[in-house]
Parts: sequence; C-alpha cells; structure tokens
Amino acid sequence: MPRQVLESEIQNLKNQILRLGDMVRQAMLDAIEALKHRATNRARQIIAADQAINALRFDIEKAALVVIATQQPLAHDLRFLASVLDIAGELERMGDYAKGIAKINILMGDKPLLKPLIDLPRMANITADMLQAALQAFVNDDAETAAAIPRRDDEVDGLYNQIYRELITFMIQDPKTIDQANYLLWAAHNVERMADRVTNICERTIFTASGEIVELDTDENGNAR
Amino acid sequence: MTQQPVALNRTDKPAAVASATKMVIRGVSVYYKTFRAIKNVDLPVYENRITAFIGPSGCGKSTLLRTLNRMNDLIPGARVEGKVLLDGEDIYAAGQDVVDIRRRVGMVFQRPNPFPMSVYDNVAFGLRLLGIRQKSILDEVVERSLRAAALWEHVCDNLNQSGMALSGGQQQRLCIARAIAVEPEVILMDEPTSALDPIATLTIEDLLQTLKENFTIVIVTHNMQQAARISDYTAFLSMDDDRAGYLVEFGPTVELFTNPKEKLTEDYITGRFG
Repeated sequence: MPRQVLESEIQNLKNQILRLGDMVRQAMLDAIEALKHRATNRARQIIAADQAINALRFDIEKAALVVIATQQPLAHDLRFLASVLDIAGELERMGDYAKGIAKINILMGDKPLLKPLIDLPRMANITADMLQAALQAFVNDDAETAAAIPRRDDEVDGLYNQIYRELITFMIQDPKTIDQANYLLWAAHNVERMADRVTNICERTIFTASGEIVELDTDENGNAR
Repeated sequence: MTQQPVALNRTDKPAAVASATKMVIRGVSVYYKTFRAIKNVDLPVYENRITAFIGPSGCGKSTLLRTLNRMNDLIPGARVEGKVLLDGEDIYAAGQDVVDIRRRVGMVFQRPNPFPMSVYDNVAFGLRLLGIRQKSILDEVVERSLRAAALWEHVCDNLNQSGMALSGGQQQRLCIARAIAVEPEVILMDEPTSALDPIATLTIEDLLQTLKENFTIVIVTHNMQQAARISDYTAFLSMDDDRAGYLVEFGPTVELFTNPKEKLTEDYITGRFG
C-alpha cells in the first residue's frame, strides 16, 4: 500500500489523541469524586498529574508538525493533522478545568459540603461520555455521530442551571454559605465549559471528514452561542 | 546574493476576485495518428493567474500544454480537435498566423536550452527574428527582460559571456528572459524546474509570482507541492482505460489541495493513487 509511513503516523496520532482523552476524562471524574468525598490528598495528586496531560499534548503537537514537515500531507490528511493540533489543545484546556476542580477542593479547606453532590457528578458523567464518543467519532472519521453528540450538551446545561438556582437559593437563605456555594458553582462551571469544548472537537471531526466548517453550538434559532 | 522579498499575491479566494478569461480550451481532443492522447478537455485559463496542470505520467499534461500555442503542429501525425480560444479567437481557425500565435503564447521548456551564443544575443534573438535591428531598442528590451527574469544583477557586467556558461538556474532564467523579450501575453512552462536544484527552483517560483502581474502563466509540473505553492488554479488530469488523458477536476488551487471534490483527485494528491 502506498504511503505506509504517513498511514502509520496518522494511526499513532489517533492512538495518542485517544490516550490524552482518557487521561483528561479520568482527571475530571476523579476531581469530582475527590470533591464529593472532600478528599484533598487525591485532589493534590490530580493537580500533579496535569503535567503529564500537558506533556502529552506537546508530544502530539510535535509529532503532528513532524508529519506535516516530512510527509507533505494534503486534503483529508492535512485537515486531519490541523484538527489533531486543535483537539490536542482543547484536551489540554479540559485538563486544566479538571485541575481547577481539584484546586477548588483544596481551597474549600476543611469545611463540609453544603449538601451531598448529586447533580454535579451527573453532569460530569454525561460530559465524560460525550468526550469519549466525540474522540471515537474523530478517529473513525464519523461526521454523522459527531454532529449528534453536542445535543447532549443541553442536558449538561440543564443540570448546570439547576445547580446554579439551588446554590443561589442557599446563598440568599444564609449568606454564611456564600463562600462554599461559590466554590461549588465554579466547579459546576468548569464541567459545563468542558462539555462546550467537546462540541468544538465534534466540529473539528466534521471539518476533517467533509472540509465543512460548521458551528454546532447554536441556539434554537440556529445562531452561534 | 540578496534575495528580494516576494509578495505571494495568490488569490486566496480566486472565485471572488474578478479575472478575465485569457484562453479557453473547449472540447479539445488530441490524436497522434490513431491514438487519442487527450479527450474532450474543457478548461479556462485566467488572465494574470498561474494555472497548473498536474497528473500522473502519460496523462497528457504536456500534450495539452502544447495545444495552447500549436506546438503539436510540429509533430508529424498529431491532430487537434476542438477549439482553443485566445482572447476569444480560435487559434486553430483557418488563416491564423502560427508564428504570431507563438509570439503571443511563449514557451519555456523542461531543460534550460540557451542558444550557443552570448547572453545578450540569446535575449535579443526573438526580436531580431521579428525584424528589430535598432540597437537602442534591443538594449532596452534586453535589460528589461533580464531584469524581469531576476538575472540582470548577475550578468549586467558581462552580457557577452556565453549563455551556456551560466549555472542551471540562471540558464533557465535566461530562457525566461528570452521568452518574455518578445512580449508574449501567455507563457507556457513545461516542468521548468525539474532539472534544477531546490534553491534554483525556489528562485524561479518566486520569479513566477512577479511575472504573473504582467503575464498569464500555464505550468505543467509533476511536483504537486510546487503546484500547491505557486498556482492560483489547478487542473488535475488522469488517464482513462483507453490511455487517453482527460480532465478530472479543475478549480482554485487552495480548494483542490485542501478539499478536492473528486475522490480520484484526493487519491492522487494524497499519494494513494492506483
């Protein structure tokens, strides 16, 4: 088969992107789990592990640039590599959000949670599923699946709004909870931002597969949010 | 040597930028005796743009290029069907002056082919053929042509040196100077850098970007990266089962190389052809 080197480099990059995605997904789920149990030691481990995510992101970037420089990719190959550079960056930022949740955990000190966390882990689970599906669609060059995934972002947004209202109620009822409620609101916000970045990954998949640049994050009137 | 920066004024959105159609290839087929080398090609050539022909060996790129100034007339048994319009006029119509067509549509070949004479005489050759003898005119055109070919600085001190004494890249620029001395409207280039080293190749490529401001350029290249680097439009030709070359896809270069419409184009440019 012609272009064996290019084909094998592309496969390597796909594997690396999946690996980076797994690391980010796990970091987020762990950060939420640690928050749920107020496990600050675990939170410190998550913060330290972010370095490995950043390092893999740069490894992927470097590898993609080497392929561009040495293999003269064009058309679909070139779009794939441009998307790899972009997605590696998205994943690294998602890793930062997970690290942010771990930091919030530490900042909360020894104060207990206002109430047991239920909706936030749910948000995190949906986001983790979306991320996994989005990266699978990317490596499978599956634009159709990629186009459907962002619809689940509405569930994430719904849960976020619910958490927001609930925490605001806490704060109004008892201003002494403002500190604690604010921390949780930031944690929820981080998860919500991660789900938005999954949508960006899906847009890249459609671009790679079809060459079309589409905006998937739209409101009911089709306008970009 | 100081390299002048060259603005790559490639039309990023060629479709949106108005450019007149300088030549039109309409329903062109080329036969060598009974063998059909090219079938039914339709293609525009836009003014002041670089159009590249790419495709696998034997697909008829050079044959198609040579139909644009009736160079195929020189090959016994070669026959062209269809029309090639230059400013709307069919160059194959009866009564056309072939010499004048070749003055208006010049050509630069694969291997630099300076004549065994001085640099000056090489550039002045076409003018003298046209009957121009006045030294002041010849001097002026020789200098202007050598400047336009980015060669003047290198040869102005000794215009009497033999053209054959120049380096390969300089020889090719001399051939370009010779071609533009007779003020053609279109320049055809058949793999003009394939015999040159990478630096000489890039010098010629830079030169083409400035030349297209005054000329319309059509280039055959087997180097896809070169087509991607320098051209505004690209035509991809392939060979059919009967070995006749045909046009697979034509479009703005940026689109053809990032998002081709035809699978055959995608397979070829990504190296997965065949």
